[in-house]
Amino acid sequence: MSYRSPLGRARGLGSAKEGTHHFWVQRVTAVALIPLVLWFVYSLAQLPSGSYEVVRWWVHAPSVAVTLVLFIACALYHSVLGVQVVIEDYIAADGTKIVALLLSKFVHAIAAVAGIFAVLKIALA
Amino acid sequence: MSTPASSKPANAARPLSPFMIGPYYKPQMTSMLSITHRLTGLGLSFGALLLVVWLSCLASGPECYALIAPHLAAWYGKLLIFAFTWSLLYHFCNGIRHLMWDLGKGLDMPTAEKTGYAVIFASLGLTAGVFVLTLV
Repeated sequence: MSYRSPLGRARGLGSAKEGTHHFWVQRVTAVALIPLVLWFVYSLAQLPSGSYEVVRWWVHAPSVAVTLVLFIACALYHSVLGVQVVIEDYIAADGTKIVALLLSKFVHAIAAVAGIFAVLKIALA
Repeated sequence: MSTPASSKPANAARPLSPFMIGPYYKPQMTSMLSITHRLTGLGLSFGALLLVVWLSCLASGPECYALIAPHLAAWYGKLLIFAFTWSLLYHFCNGIRHLMWDLGKGLDMPTAEKTGYAVIFASLGLTAGVFVLTLV
């Protein structure tokens, strides 16, 4: 017999009130990153050089800017979920764990906003 | 409130599954690939931060870009870019292996070992392909 209510079982969220959301978004961003990573690596390898003018010209193209924003967003979202799992697995002390998690979330948020801002600044210049 | 059970530390002498790296388990190809997936993932998180620094310098102007461009062209910069490229392609290939497991496919040992070798060779082959692409 189960002590769970039928509604609780249907929601499937458990005591953490989160269910499989973390697991699922990790997979959704992973699938999105399959084409994005291939595009990113191929595009950078194809650039004639890494000079200021060449890279500005590359980022400036609307299709590149849009795809680069998607890549930055998906990569950093995937990264923040992965780093969270590593912190939760290896840091046992609650205080250190919470500080490390906060630090990781803040750094990832700053990086995502700064990266997307940089691309838009070049694209809209 | 005090019972004999609660006077003992909560985790005293409780059997624990040993960590896969240590004296209890023989290193296996599959477990090494698993820890490499984590390590490359952490490395790529750091690489994503460097990518943002690079793009921010690119956006702020030629003076800022001139500060980091020599480091990218130096031997250690090239080595770092090579390491990030392989890490990304390894994490990419092994990530697809993980997604396949999520679908319930390839979980038996012979298949897991075969796909493990496939990931090693595919990541190295793709890295070599990217290197060739930068030359042409």
